[in-house]
Amino acid sequence: MIDGFIALYIFMLAAFTGYEVIARVPVILHTPLMSGSNFVHGIVLVGAMVAMGRADTTLELTIAFIGVVLAAGNAVGGYAVTERMLEMFKSSKGKR
Amino acid sequence: MGTVGAATAIQASYFIAAALFILGLKRMSSPVTARSGIVWAGVGMVVATLITFLTPGMGNFALMTVAIAIGGIAAWVTGRRVAMTDMPQMIALYNGMGGGAAGAIAAVELFSGDVHGVAVLTLGVLGGVIGAVSFSGSLIAFGKLQGLIKRSFRFRGQNFVNLGILAATAIAGATMVVQGGAMPGHVTLLFVLALLLGITMTLPIGGADMPVVISLYNALTGLAVAFEGFVLNNAAMIIAGTVVGSAGTLLTQLMARAMNRSLGNVLFSGFGETADGAAAGGPAGTMKAIETADAAVMLGFSEKVIVVPGYGMAVAQAQHKVWELCQALIARGVTVKFAIHPVAGRMPGHMNVLLAEAGVPYDLIYDEGEINAEFETADVALIIGANDVVNPVARTDKSSPIYGMPILNADKAKNVIVVKRGQGAGFSGIENALFYLDHTRMLYGDGQAKAAELVQAVKAL
Repeated sequence: MIDGFIALYIFMLAAFTGYEVIARVPVILHTPLMSGSNFVHGIVLVGAMVAMGRADTTLELTIAFIGVVLAAGNAVGGYAVTERMLEMFKSSKGKR
Repeated sequence: MGTVGAATAIQASYFIAAALFILGLKRMSSPVTARSGIVWAGVGMVVATLITFLTPGMGNFALMTVAIAIGGIAAWVTGRRVAMTDMPQMIALYNGMGGGAAGAIAAVELFSGDVHGVAVLTLGVLGGVIGAVSFSGSLIAFGKLQGLIKRSFRFRGQNFVNLGILAATAIAGATMVVQGGAMPGHVTLLFVLALLLGITMTLPIGGADMPVVISLYNALTGLAVAFEGFVLNNAAMIIAGTVVGSAGTLLTQLMARAMNRSLGNVLFSGFGETADGAAAGGPAGTMKAIETADAAVMLGFSEKVIVVPGYGMAVAQAQHKVWELCQALIARGVTVKFAIHPVAGRMPGHMNVLLAEAGVPYDLIYDEGEINAEFETADVALIIGANDVVNPVARTDKSSPIYGMPILNADKAKNVIVVKRGQGAGFSGIENALFYLDHTRMLYGDGQAKAAELVQAVKAL
């Protein structure tokens, strides 16, 4: 479905997008943003689920099971800590 | 829903998820919208995860749900409980899990022999190796910051050993691509080598450099996820992974620059744990102590105070008391600002999180570039738990390991008060010339206790 140069185009445009989104970020948000991007690659969960859904042998199933556990940890843990950090950012003017 | 309908619904959901990730990250790059940013990205994740259950031709749903529950609940509980000071290692841990998951996907696909074509096979192998390196490397980083691994393991020729393992990994991967697949033993060998590489690469790196390394592994995990996305033909993984890969690379560079270290330096040299050749013979002069009451008078009758917090403040859990002190000063009409060095805390922005936890509004917080010119007009620079980031030798002494690092010009303030547990060098082991200046006074004691005493003394003025 996504092959050859189309894949390459997606890769290039996504790479520039990532760069641009981060380029003007203030230092105060570096840690939450690193944590937030850490959460975003938790999308690996859908890949691990697909791999597990298609696994045939016990070996494949075992590895895929571990993969799904790890991926779910990445996504959920990444969300939990990022949200906790960002929740605390307040302005002295009292509004967000 | 028919297979075609399901496929369309899945693609549409992945499309929405990818858009939400990018918009979420964009919102996270401003403090005003940051909170909503993570929620947007979270919605994207939930949508993508739920729709994946509809993928045609899948089984093992019960086990899959169990696996999601195990990983999800464990991470949620730990993520909610972890102290803000321990945030960097938790990020390392969750990031390592993502890398491990990417590695696991690659392993499953390679073991099953379903991967065909040079391009896809190459990406699959690369993604698997990068994911495995990120996994074991992140675990080592976690162990180091958590204090489970106390020392750095360094020996002569270490870089050559690492290079050797890297070469072996590359050969194992390349032969796999050339043969168009691999026997199970070959796949196992590849992953053992990659895991080993992550360990040996990370072990020699000192604690001070760890944030840069964690950020690098974060970018690498993103890349691994994107590569496995190509293998699985999954656009959401490709886009999200690539965005994180490039954003993470930029973030890594920004961090390394703030620490005055090049990435190569961090990865291939030893400095960062303790400066080996640190300071033979300290700076001239003596450190001059000050009593709490005198410090309170100095602060209370100032017009402008700039607070420079460091990781030491967070370790002493003093941020709440420090903010209380600042509120007492503000109530007296003193202008109070916080000056944060990019590498204050354990990683850039970490100190801001710790201050935010104490309730400090972010518009009182300034970074080095914004506030450095203001120190000259400040009556007092109050330094709490910071050391290397205010060391003026970074400007003057070419032989110092931190020479050239951008610092906060606290020495330019009319008076400097340093709250410090005792005499002695900081995290990097470098003597601080600031402490010996004529207009610097040392307030010895525990950060939290001293801050509490200052609050009382200021209120009593």
